[in-house]
Amino acid sequence: MKKQGLKELNGMPGKHPLSDLLRDDRMPHIWCPGCDIGTVFSSCLTAIHESNIDYNNFAVISGIGCSGRAAGYVKLDSFHTTHGRAIPFATGLKIAKPKMNIIVFSGDGDLFTIGGNHFIHAARRNMDLTIICVNNFTYGMTGGQVASSTPFNARTSTTPDGNFERPFNLAYMAAAAGAAYVARWTTLHVRRLTNSILEAFNKKGFSFVEVISSCPTSFGRKNKLGPPLHIIQHFHKISVIKNGIHPKDANLDIEKEIVVGKFVDIERPTFFDLWEEIYPPKREKGAK
Amino acid sequence: MEGTEQFIMGDTACAEGAIACGCKFFAGYPITPATEVAERMAKRLPQVGGTYIQMEDEMASMAAILGASWGGLKSMTSTSGPGFSLMMENIGLGIIMEVPCVVVNVQRAGPSTGLPTLCAQGDMMQARWGSHGHYEIIALSASSPQELFDITIKAFNLSEKYRLPVLVLTDEVVGHMTEKVVIPPYDKIDVYSRRISTLPPEEYLPYVSDEDMVAPMVGIGEGYRIHSTGLTHDKRGYPVITAPVQKEMMDRLIYKIRNNVDDIVEYEEIEMADAEIVVIAYGISARPALKALEMARDSGIKCGMMKLITIWPFPEKRIRELAPQVRGFVVPEINYGQICLEVERCSAGKTEIVLVSHAGGAIFHPNEILEVISRL
Ligand SMILES: Cc1ncc(C[n+]2csc(CCOP(=O)(O)OP(=O)(O)O)c2C)c(N)n1
Ligand code: SF4
Ligand SMILES: [Mg+2]
Repeated sequence: MKKQGLKELNGMPGKHPLSDLLRDDRMPHIWCPGCDIGTVFSSCLTAIHESNIDYNNFAVISGIGCSGRAAGYVKLDSFHTTHGRAIPFATGLKIAKPKMNIIVFSGDGDLFTIGGNHFIHAARRNMDLTIICVNNFTYGMTGGQVASSTPFNARTSTTPDGNFERPFNLAYMAAAAGAAYVARWTTLHVRRLTNSILEAFNKKGFSFVEVISSCPTSFGRKNKLGPPLHIIQHFHKISVIKNGIHPKDANLDIEKEIVVGKFVDIERPTFFDLWEEIYPPKREKGAK
Repeated sequence: MEGTEQFIMGDTACAEGAIACGCKFFAGYPITPATEVAERMAKRLPQVGGTYIQMEDEMASMAAILGASWGGLKSMTSTSGPGFSLMMENIGLGIIMEVPCVVVNVQRAGPSTGLPTLCAQGDMMQARWGSHGHYEIIALSASSPQELFDITIKAFNLSEKYRLPVLVLTDEVVGHMTEKVVIPPYDKIDVYSRRISTLPPEEYLPYVSDEDMVAPMVGIGEGYRIHSTGLTHDKRGYPVITAPVQKEMMDRLIYKIRNNVDDIVEYEEIEMADAEIVVIAYGISARPALKALEMARDSGIKCGMMKLITIWPFPEKRIRELAPQVRGFVVPEINYGQICLEVERCSAGKTEIVLVSHAGGAIFHPNEILEVISRL
């Protein structure tokens, strides 16, 4: 398939530079003005574009949430599933279509709170999936309630006096569970983020890219973080790049310091590698 | 296996039925009394080029078989009560996305953990509408290992034909009993596989149906670039959050089943020619009921039996027909009256209906059913 270069498309009035990957018949999207999901989504599409992999070899699976709407906007085989269950759905699809690149694009609440168990098990199996998590520290879609990623003390609609539970460190959890690739960026690290997503596609095994994002409408307002641009500039300003550090030391404190970088990039036999060791002769790939 | 006679457990026969009709993916989570289905699949799938994966729970199992089915593999999971409850949300996803797959529920007694190792028939209504929202489902019931083998194949065929999760409802006793099962040569088995659209990607829309109200599918990764969602959607598969599109979608989900009941519904009639009293039974309860029928006939009672194979959609046409012609229906079931409610509804007061109820943990003794037959 011939892909149009970004440069060629840039000159065309009224066309999004990535319109060959967008369901533009679904625009306008539901995301609020100033929401960061669009940036993560664009990075993901740019990475798909730059991957030189046939678009038909990608599928995008989302769970439920504002971030979960991504599957509905991408012009690829795409599935918008149930809250928390994008990863097991993707696992089934991947087993049926082992040669395809399966991307799970979803929110922190979806992937780690309701769906956390599936996340750690897919990482443990080293299921060959690319997981992109928009971590906006809250349930954006339902109006900004506390999640397992909500910072200690943060205000949400269900922690009106501050969150008294400790959040997960998602990158650390991914690494501890066995992920082969783990990176974290903010939405202002666009180039690095896109690059990580690209690396994740090409990585054999379970790859996880966490994107520190703002939900200005729910989380931002409740915590008086200011206008959208201000929030991401703040995240960017307090971020420190520490490639290769142990993810347990990848501090995530949205007031003081956000450690970003690529933390894990290891070789580990995947689910398929180990399967084929036990059952070499008969496995039919991509059986229809 | 094919072309042989086996002496096997019901759960094993169920797995063999799946293998016989081309199931290539199983995702599950162990639970008594359905574990042996998973164990058999774990052994057999690699032999036929398929994959078994043990998931972290039943929500994941159900989600995984939907994903695998979209990927083109005939897919199945099996469970019992607690796991069946956990599968409900994603059974709904299968209904709205219209994904062919088979879910086996080897029933045990509930509520909750109940009697993990003992039988019941308490999930008949949960099978009907256990997931939220209104929908039509197909559920089949089996009363022997042989039937479990046959019905699993039928379940796959119906799921592929009508594009929805089809439920196989059996119970602990049938699942764990060992009997003779005839496994025909695989090429002698009628196998129906999903219709695949021949339209090019520019013309194909995922939810435009044929005359039977079922939309042909396409392969994933083949350039169709489809979208499917659990939200209410239009013919393109795009979410549209309005009442008219809800109606359009729902009408199709409901009527693709309702308009095809004659094709879907199956039951057996035994000694019905002159029957005045009809036992309506299904699953394990059909077996003591059959014995009760024989005993009743021996004592001169004109008793017949309607053995339900399709539970949902309910064979209401036949029951409406029979109701004014018979003196009464006797409905034995290992619950406090679920299918009996349907029999009452369809009979519309035209005959007497007696429920023979069992709390679970054991099956009926034929005398318990005979006694009711004799009283009528
Ligand atoms: C089983 C279930 N419980 C609750 C909900 C309601 N719900 C919809 S989206 C959502 C939270 C999504 O949060 P996240 O994944 O972080 O996405 P965001 O909206 O922040 O991008 C919740 C709780 C649901 N759809 N399903
Ligand atoms: S509610 Fe928050 S996460 Fe959702 S679209 Fe609006 S800004 Fe984005
Ligand atoms: Mg969120």
